[in-house]
Amino acid sequence: MSNLIDLEKKINSELTTKINKSEIKHNQIYLEIDKEDLISVVLFIKSNNNTKFRQLIDITVVDYPERTQRFKIVYLFLSHEFNQRMILSYDINENEIIPSITTIFPSANWMEREVFDMYGVSFKDHPDLRRILTDYGFDGHPLRKDFPLTGHSEVRYSEEEKKVIKEPVKLEQNYRNFDYESPWEGTKYINEQSKNINDKKN
Amino acid sequence: MNNQKTLMTKKIKNLNLNFGPQHPAAHGVLRLILELDGEIVEKADPHIGLLHRGTEKLIENKTYMQAVPYFDRLDYVAPMNQEHAFALAIEKILKIDVPIRAQFIRVMFCEIGRILSHILNVTTQALDVGALTPSLWGFEERETLMTFYERASGSRLHANYFRAGGVHQDLPAGLESDIAKFCDNFPKIINDLENLLTDNRIFKQRNVDIGIVSKEDALDYSFSGVMIRGSGIPWDLRKSQPYDCYKELQFKIPVGKNGDCYDRYLCRVEEMKESISIIKQCLAKMEKGPVKTLDGKITPPSKKEIKQSMEALIHHFKLFTEGYRVPKDEIYTAVEAPKGEFGVYLISDGSSKPYKCKIRAPGFSHLQAMDYLIKGHMLADVPAVLGSLDIVFGEVDR
Repeated sequence: MSNLIDLEKKINSELTTKINKSEIKHNQIYLEIDKEDLISVVLFIKSNNNTKFRQLIDITVVDYPERTQRFKIVYLFLSHEFNQRMILSYDINENEIIPSITTIFPSANWMEREVFDMYGVSFKDHPDLRRILTDYGFDGHPLRKDFPLTGHSEVRYSEEEKKVIKEPVKLEQNYRNFDYESPWEGTKYINEQSKNINDKKN
Repeated sequence: MNNQKTLMTKKIKNLNLNFGPQHPAAHGVLRLILELDGEIVEKADPHIGLLHRGTEKLIENKTYMQAVPYFDRLDYVAPMNQEHAFALAIEKILKIDVPIRAQFIRVMFCEIGRILSHILNVTTQALDVGALTPSLWGFEERETLMTFYERASGSRLHANYFRAGGVHQDLPAGLESDIAKFCDNFPKIINDLENLLTDNRIFKQRNVDIGIVSKEDALDYSFSGVMIRGSGIPWDLRKSQPYDCYKELQFKIPVGKNGDCYDRYLCRVEEMKESISIIKQCLAKMEKGPVKTLDGKITPPSKKEIKQSMEALIHHFKLFTEGYRVPKDEIYTAVEAPKGEFGVYLISDGSSKPYKCKIRAPGFSHLQAMDYLIKGHMLADVPAVLGSLDIVFGEVDR
């Protein structure tokens, strides 16, 4: 644990202005930076002898549709030498293009492709930015919060046309999402209804 | 003379070959597009996603308890190891302690999962390079192990057994002694397999010095598990970042030397032997006691209690409709799954469903390095390298 605090101090003293927020939680370091500093910060933590985060574990995005800076990009690093983990993150707007780190970590290639596929975040200078997990010719970015769980289209084999065809999703029954949250206090829509009625009375 | 020579030269075009997605040696639904110069592979472009089910999206729409079965369907040859990562992530956020018996049960079943996965991998790798018998012998043992799964959880494969705070229920009577009996018999089976493979001339010709990974590249390509240990880096999360009761257990970490397919095979065989010793230790140290946390806000009450206590009935109703709430937090937890570091990056928002759950599958980064591993090798080496990567598409595609 003391090692972790030392490590955090070292990172903070070396990168002072580039770090917006740093925190130790669950035995891991959480760092928040700006998009512009990504490359220099990643290069530093990979090569510096006091940090040596030699392995990129994963890259992912968290979608907050209600925020002005919609996406939070998250990088997970592991240092074998010091047996520490670090979570690096920064926020971006919806249509912002972010720098690729494939030149620093070759394994970032597929991870960035997955991010692009799932969230539609584009990377600058990525060698091969194609979709990876979804079908050839897929539309939309499935892990965005506004993408419906049932998807937009379904595929089936059409006997008439003798080929696989794509058509809009038809549900036999509407997708139902029950509001289980704390039924004791009344569900949200009832609260809103009674509020509306009260407003009208006034 | 010179003119004649130029006329004789023909233009040679590289051959593009589709390997899979219905090839038995592709270990599932891998479409590998190979660019061949004669028999030499110049480039490999894996197309994945044919088994993509949107696990992460589905988990966001389920309560924490309902999300557990999705983890069985990732790496379906070692289901409980995945559940373990998810359970640990929730436990760390909720700050709950797991009773010691539950910890031993979980570790024991994770090691059973490791043996399940390694048998499958070692024997199918042998199958890919031309040996049929190991898979017949190995699968018999897998069947025995899966009956242990079934007796504990009710299901051979999709166990849904681990819970945040312990396991679903205690082991049935007689299971412990049967597992102990298996542990006595299994080393003989490993020896038999080794007799067939380890010094086998053909097996060695197909695997030694094939798909060599250097230490540097193992780090750069985010390798983990046997892939990194085969290259000589002694790194195992069970030792370096121990979770549950691994701290109390004695076991060794086999490390390879050359980083080729053969070393990775040897590591897996040794790991199976270590797993047997871990299971034995768990059985010896296991004492009677609760198997899940006693916190009624997380653990559902027993059927008997529901019949007698109003409070238990309310808890049961609340837990199976709304589910337990997990405070706002962000965490990454990883376990040493048989294939490497399996991690869960969980973001909770205070409700009873995860806001985001990113699954870090070891196979994803291993398969990514396919191009680097196979470049310059012969076409016949593709199944050998693919076999030693230990790819299962459930986790690669998620």
